Amino acid sequence: MRNFLYVISVVSIIGLAFWAYRENHLTQLSMSEVSRLDREIAALHEAISVQRAEWAYLNRPQRLRELAELNFERLGLQSMAPEQFGDIDQIAYPERVVEPVLQASAEEYVLIGGIIEVLGAIENVQGELTDVFDTAQEQNP
Amino acid sequence: MIRTPLRPLARILSARVRGENPDAIERENLRLRHEEIRDRSRRRAEGRLLLTAAIFVAGFVVIGARMGLLAATEPMEPRTSVGEQIVAERADIVDRNGRILATNMVTNSLYAEMRYLVDPVHAAEELARIFPELNQDRLTSHLTDPNRRFLWIRAQLSPEQEQQVYDIGEPGLLFGPREMRLYPNGSIAAHVLGGAAYGQQGVSAAEIIGTAGIERMFDAELRNPDRADQPLELSLDLTIQAVTTEILSGGMRILNARGASAVLMDARTGEILSLVSLPDFDPNDRPAPALEGDPADSPLFNRAVQGYYELGSVMKIFTVAEALDIGEITPETMIDTQGPIRWGSFSINDFHDYGARQSATDVIVQSSNVGTARIAQAMGADRQRAFLQRLGFLESSPVELSEAISARPLYPENWSELSTMTISFGHGISTNQVQLAAGYASMVNGGRLVHPTLLRQRQSGTLGEQVISRQTSAQIRSMLRQVVQRGTASFGNVPGYAVGGKTGSADKPNPAGGYFSDRVLATFAGIFPAHDPRFVLVVSMDEPVETIGSEARRTAGWTVVPVAAEIIRRTAPLMGMRPQSDAEIELAMQNALFAAQE
Repeated sequence: MRNFLYVISVVSIIGLAFWAYRENHLTQLSMSEVSRLDREIAALHEAISVQRAEWAYLNRPQRLRELAELNFERLGLQSMAPEQFGDIDQIAYPERVVEPVLQASAEEYVLIGGIIEVLGAIENVQGELTDVFDTAQEQNP
Repeated sequence: MIRTPLRPLARILSARVRGENPDAIERENLRLRHEEIRDRSRRRAEGRLLLTAAIFVAGFVVIGARMGLLAATEPMEPRTSVGEQIVAERADIVDRNGRILATNMVTNSLYAEMRYLVDPVHAAEELARIFPELNQDRLTSHLTDPNRRFLWIRAQLSPEQEQQVYDIGEPGLLFGPREMRLYPNGSIAAHVLGGAAYGQQGVSAAEIIGTAGIERMFDAELRNPDRADQPLELSLDLTIQAVTTEILSGGMRILNARGASAVLMDARTGEILSLVSLPDFDPNDRPAPALEGDPADSPLFNRAVQGYYELGSVMKIFTVAEALDIGEITPETMIDTQGPIRWGSFSINDFHDYGARQSATDVIVQSSNVGTARIAQAMGADRQRAFLQRLGFLESSPVELSEAISARPLYPENWSELSTMTISFGHGISTNQVQLAAGYASMVNGGRLVHPTLLRQRQSGTLGEQVISRQTSAQIRSMLRQVVQRGTASFGNVPGYAVGGKTGSADKPNPAGGYFSDRVLATFAGIFPAHDPRFVLVVSMDEPVETIGSEARRTAGWTVVPVAAEIIRRTAPLMGMRPQSDAEIELAMQNALFAAQE
């Protein structure tokens, strides 16, 4: 019995030592991963700030003006001037086309409307007729 | 505790029977009692000593354990948790639309450590080739000097230069990371931004400190690490600033002016949308301040803020506004304009003779010195001084630039009647253009005092105190409009934008005494649209000459006014202002006058 206890405790010590070693190793791994990510974030921050600076530098008014002048033939860009304001009426909007839900001309629409009315009336008439028939059947079985 | 009697009767009686001395019993008892007291106090003292010792032992154990722990652990650099803020330690500066005016770039500095140097002579030779401004002989002597161990070679390197230095292959040339302040727009808004320079330098970092302008004014805020990701928002608009600079520098070239400046201000909030001073400089490479000559000729000199000049007739409007507001005159009151006024050896004259009498409106429209002086004379020195004080003309302008604080206006200590008359038409008091713009804004926006600012104002609801009545303000607007329609600023008429304004052509003071007859400072203070002013524009030029005509013309109407008109023509559409027809403008002007009367 005593020997068995010894064996058990030795085995459990070995097991715990292995577990502790593995945990320690994993911790160190994650810590180095975290610091790698930190460095990467810092590098990306730096890259973003460099690109923001570059964007601002490439969009500086002087350069844009020179580019507009260089490419005047192609783009025809001019400085903004009061004459360029216009009325909304001056804009040529494309003709407003409403796609019909049904493929039908105006006359057909009128016709369809008529048909619908007629159908409605027919239904009413039918209803009345059925009533008449029903009562007739009740009276004359 | 039961106290044992010293002389117990039983024992004494028995001792007496035995023929012994009863005193011995008493002494014996006394001895026992003393021993007991002694033992008790010793025990207490021992307890105290033990407690003290235990506390000390615990202390030593804690300190020892901590020392052992520190000695046993591996050293590690302290680190912030997430996303180390290596970059952007100094906050950016952006314009009102968020466009970057100043930001940071990561670069490297170059230094040499002598103990790693392999071939110092070759290194010096190569470095002098890469950086032409370095002196090769001096560099060689420094690098080979046995007493030197360390040498800064350059504060900043471009990536190309860095590669070239790498290519030398010298292990003793080392790079230290640096942040560099970058102004991507070059010289645009240079005077507002100022500049920055390195303060304390170390191998791995250097602090950037603002040396001028808004960089210096807000140095502490910009350097605050808590605010590193919140940019400083200025009221400037980069596009408008660029357009104004372009037009102004064009005008300055054509008119052969020595310098020029312009201030465009929101008439209600006092936000400065554009502040230009020419000649300017590149804040990325800020020139050293001039040690000789007139500092006002240096490109570093901010003419719009540091330049306090006698601005001449543009100041007339304040005299008339004051008189209108008090009720001394109405726009139709006839003023005696018969010149000259003689005052001792001094005489006040007009540019032209305007006849014996003119209405107050025409005094402004024709810019009569005599008429304005008469109005000021009637008002008196004290009221004039108080009025100008209230508008802030007697103090440094409160704009957020480090240069603004050091410069102060000049005005006579003894505010005599003669001073009152000359100040009424802008001589004898020096004013800067930001103040002038704020003054005009206060006059035309309905009479609310405007404080000029370079920072974007988030809430627009804060209005200043009422300095003149709304009716006076409307009358002033109508007068300024008429100056452009039929007066000295007729070139200032921009179709569709109802420009109003006042010109001023002040003879420049001669340092030898008196005034130059052929050098003027020409100024135009304009408002637009005149019926409901949104913006105030002040344009000023130093010694402009218009030489297109047969004779050289120097007055503001011929020089700065066309430039100002072009600025308005180009910037108003950029601010989304739609031109209006003449009939619309006329109707709006009359409606505004009518509304103010009620």
